[in-house]
Amino acid sequence: MIRYVLKKFMFMLMSLFFLITATFVLMNAVPGSPLQSEKATSEQIQKNLEAYYGLDKPLIVQYGVYLKNLVQGDLGISMKKKFQAVDKIIGDSFKYSLKLGLVSIVTSVVVGCILGIISAMYHRKFLDNFSMILAVIGLSIPSLVIAPVLQYLLAVKIEAFEVAGLNRPMDYVLPTIALSAASIAFIARLIRSTMIEVLNSDFIKTAKSKGLAGHLIVWRHALRNSMLPVVTFLGFLMANVITGSVVIEKIFAIPGLGKFFVESVSNRDYPLIMGITIFYAVILMISRLLADIAYVLVDPRIRISGGKAGK
Amino acid sequence: MNFKKIFSTAMAVTLAGSLLAACSNNNNKGGSEASSSPSASQASQTPAETKTPAEIRFTLASEPPSLDPALMVDAQSSIVASGLFDGLTRLNSAGEPEPAIAKDWKASDDGLTYTFNLRDDAKWSNGDPVTAHDFEYSWKRALAQETASDYAYMLFYLVNGEKYNSGEATADQVGVKATGDYTLEVKLNTATPYFNSLVAHYTYWPVNKSAVDGKPEWAADASTMVTNGPFLLKEWKHGDKLVLEKNPNFYDAAKVGFDMATITLVEDASTVFSLFNTDKIDWIGAQAGEVPSDQVPGMVKEGKAEIKTIASTYYYLFNTKQKPFSNVKIRKAFSMAIERQSIIDNVTKANQTPAFALVPPSIAGSEGKSFREMYPDQSFSSENVEEAKKLLAEGLKEEGLDKFPETTLLYNTSEGHKAIAEAAIDMWRKNLGIELKLSNQEWGTFLETRKAGQFGIARAGWGADFNHAINFTYDLIHSKSGNNDGKYNNPEVDKLLDGSFSATDDASRLDMISKAEKIALSDDMAVMPIYYYTTVTMQKPGFKDVVSDYAGHLDWAFGSKE
Repeated sequence: MIRYVLKKFMFMLMSLFFLITATFVLMNAVPGSPLQSEKATSEQIQKNLEAYYGLDKPLIVQYGVYLKNLVQGDLGISMKKKFQAVDKIIGDSFKYSLKLGLVSIVTSVVVGCILGIISAMYHRKFLDNFSMILAVIGLSIPSLVIAPVLQYLLAVKIEAFEVAGLNRPMDYVLPTIALSAASIAFIARLIRSTMIEVLNSDFIKTAKSKGLAGHLIVWRHALRNSMLPVVTFLGFLMANVITGSVVIEKIFAIPGLGKFFVESVSNRDYPLIMGITIFYAVILMISRLLADIAYVLVDPRIRISGGKAGK
Repeated sequence: MNFKKIFSTAMAVTLAGSLLAACSNNNNKGGSEASSSPSASQASQTPAETKTPAEIRFTLASEPPSLDPALMVDAQSSIVASGLFDGLTRLNSAGEPEPAIAKDWKASDDGLTYTFNLRDDAKWSNGDPVTAHDFEYSWKRALAQETASDYAYMLFYLVNGEKYNSGEATADQVGVKATGDYTLEVKLNTATPYFNSLVAHYTYWPVNKSAVDGKPEWAADASTMVTNGPFLLKEWKHGDKLVLEKNPNFYDAAKVGFDMATITLVEDASTVFSLFNTDKIDWIGAQAGEVPSDQVPGMVKEGKAEIKTIASTYYYLFNTKQKPFSNVKIRKAFSMAIERQSIIDNVTKANQTPAFALVPPSIAGSEGKSFREMYPDQSFSSENVEEAKKLLAEGLKEEGLDKFPETTLLYNTSEGHKAIAEAAIDMWRKNLGIELKLSNQEWGTFLETRKAGQFGIARAGWGADFNHAINFTYDLIHSKSGNNDGKYNNPEVDKLLDGSFSATDDASRLDMISKAEKIALSDDMAVMPIYYYTTVTMQKPGFKDVVSDYAGHLDWAFGSKE
C-alpha cells in the first residue's frame, strides 16, 4: 500500500512538472500581454513595466526564475491586481469555494443516497417514479438555468433568501441547490440501479431467509455494496465542486476561485494563471489519489500489492 | 476482512457525520432566523431613537486592480479612490475643477508656470499634515522608472517628466517643486490651460511618503492604506467587498454627507438588478453596475431609470494604410451608408446621440458652452445612400479595383459589439451591395491584432481622461499618437493639433482643435464615428448629489441621503 501511494505520488510530481511547463509555454504563446492596456502608453513606459515584472528577460530565464521561486513556495504577485500575493488571492477565494463545495457534496451524497434507496426499495412504485422524475429534471436542467430561476423566485419575488453573497448560513441554500441538483440526480440513479441489482443477488436472499429485518438488509448489506460507484464518482465530484463553479459564483456574486481563474486568463495575469492552474492540478491529483485509495479500501477485490487477486 | 471493517466504520462515520451536518445546518438555519428577527426589529425601531448612519451601497463589476494613485488605470479604481483621496482640485459633476487641497492657483502669463497655494488644515489618515512636499514626492514617484506606472504619461506635461521616466533626467530636474510647506510650483513644457483640471486626475493625487516608501503593497490592504480624502478604507475583503467610512478629520467634514459606503463586487448584471430591486443597493450605472440591456427601455419608460450622455465615443477605425480604405471616397461611402439613428433605436436602445465627429457633447468648450455647442458636427457628413454608391464606384475606380476586395470587420467579443457590427454589415450589404466578413477576438488578442493593423475596419471606443477636446483629437487622429491604430496621417491636422498647445488663449486653441477635427472627420473621414455613449442609471429615492460625472463614472463622495 505504501509503495503504491509513493509511486502514485512520484507520478503526480512528474505530471505537475509537465503541466507547469506546458501552461507556461502556452500562456506566453497566446497573443496579448499582462502589460497591455487599451490606451496606448509610451514605449518607455512599456519598457519600465516589462523591466519591473521581469518580462524583458528571455522566456527560458523567466521560466527558470518561476520554477526557482515555486520550489521555495513563492507563487509571486499578481500583475493586474497590484501587489496582491497570488497565494493570498487563492487562499482567500478558495475558502468560499471549499465551503460551498463541501456543503454541496454532503447534500449531494445524503439526498442522492436517500432518493436512490427509496427508489430501489419501492422499485416500480409511486415513490420510485417520483424520485426518478426528480432525478431526470435535476440532470437535464443545467445549473446555469436553475440558479437564476431560484434567485428570481425565492430571493426577488418572495424574498425568502438573499439575492447574492455568502455571509450567513441561509445564503448557502440557493447556490447549494443549484450546484448539487445534477449530482444528487446522478447519485440517486447510481444507487438505485446498483442497489436493485444487489437486492436481487444471492447473499441478500440468504440474509432474508436468515430472517434479517428489511432495513438491516438495506443498511448493512445492500447499501455498502452499492456505495462503490458513488465513491468513484465522489473523487470526480470533489475536484469538480470545490474548485469552484464559475457560473454559480457569478450569479450569486460569491468571491470564489472560479471567477479569479477566468479573470486571470482574460487579463493575461501570468502569475495568477500559473498559481491557480497549479493549485487546481494539485487539488485534482490529490482527490484522484484519495479516490484510488478509498477504492482499495472499499472493494477488497482490488488489491495493490502482495497476496493473490480476488479470493 | 480488515479492509471491510475499516470501510464499514468509515462509511458509518461519514454517514453519521453528514446526517449530523445536515441537522446542525438546520439548527444553524433555525438559529440564525431566530436571532436575526429580533435584531431586524431592533433595526427598524432605532430610527425613532437615534439617527441611522447614512449609507450608500453600490456594486462594481470587478475589484479595483489598485488603489495606489500612481498605479490606477481604470474607472472601477477611480470610483472607489475618489472617496479616499483628495487632489489639488476636484472636478464637480459638470467636469469643472473646484478647489480641493489647493485653495487657489495661478498661472504665469506665458502659461508655463503654475503656482498652487495649499490649504494648511488637510491631514493624512495617519495624522501627518498634507503638504506641498507630498505632491512633489508623489508626482516624482509616479514618473520614476521603478514605480512602473502605466499612466506616467499623464505627468509628461511637466518639464523633464518624460525624460525622468526614461532615465535621461534626474528627479531634481522634474518641473515640480514645493517652494514652501503649502506652496507648489509647477513648470510645464507647453502652456496647458486645462492643467487645473488635469491635477484632479488620479495620477496627480498625493500619497504619504512614510506609508509608501519601500512598501509597494501598501495600497492592497485596508490596514496599510494612508489616505487624505473624505472617507477612510475600513475593510477590503478581496473579491467580495469594500467598506468606506466617513473620515472625521477631513478638512471639510460638514460637506461629507454619507457616514459610510459599502461597495460589493458583483459581475452579473441581472444579479445587480435583483439586488437593487430587493433594496440591497442604492445605485446602478455609470460603471458602478449596469442596468441589464433588456430592462433599459421598460425602466426608462416607467421613469425608474435615467439616461445621461457621457464623454465617450463609439467609432470604427478604417485601416488607412491598406486598400480599399486607403481611399477617402470609399471611407466616406462606408460612413454615408450607415443609418446611425436606426442602430441606436434598434440595437443599442439607450438613446445615444448619433456621432459625426470625435469630441462628445459633454466635453467642455469655453465660456460656459460645450465644445460641441460651439462646433456642431452635424454638417461634417451626412447619411446618403445615393451619394455613397457614387463615391464607392469612383473610389474603386481610382484604386483600380473592379470589385470590392475581401475585407474584415474586427471587434472584441461581446454581445453588444456583435449586434452593432451585424447591423452595420447589414446596412453595407443593403445600401452598397458589399459583403464584409465579421471577426471577433477576445480582448487581449483583439488589442494586439488591432495594434498590428490586421483589419479593414475595427471597432474602437474612447473615454475621456480629462475634460478637454484635445483628449479626443490629439490622442485619436494625430499621426504620432499610439492610439491611432488606423494610422491616419495628415500633416495639416498634426500641425493644427501641435499648434494648439502653444496657442495663447483658449478660444484660439479650441478653434485650432476644431479645425483639425473637421479636416479629419469631414474631409478625410479618418475614422467612422457611430454614436456618443450614454449611461443608464437608477437610484433609490432620497439621495442627493449622487450622479454620473461628465465622463460617465459614478460621482458619490459628496452626495448625501435624506
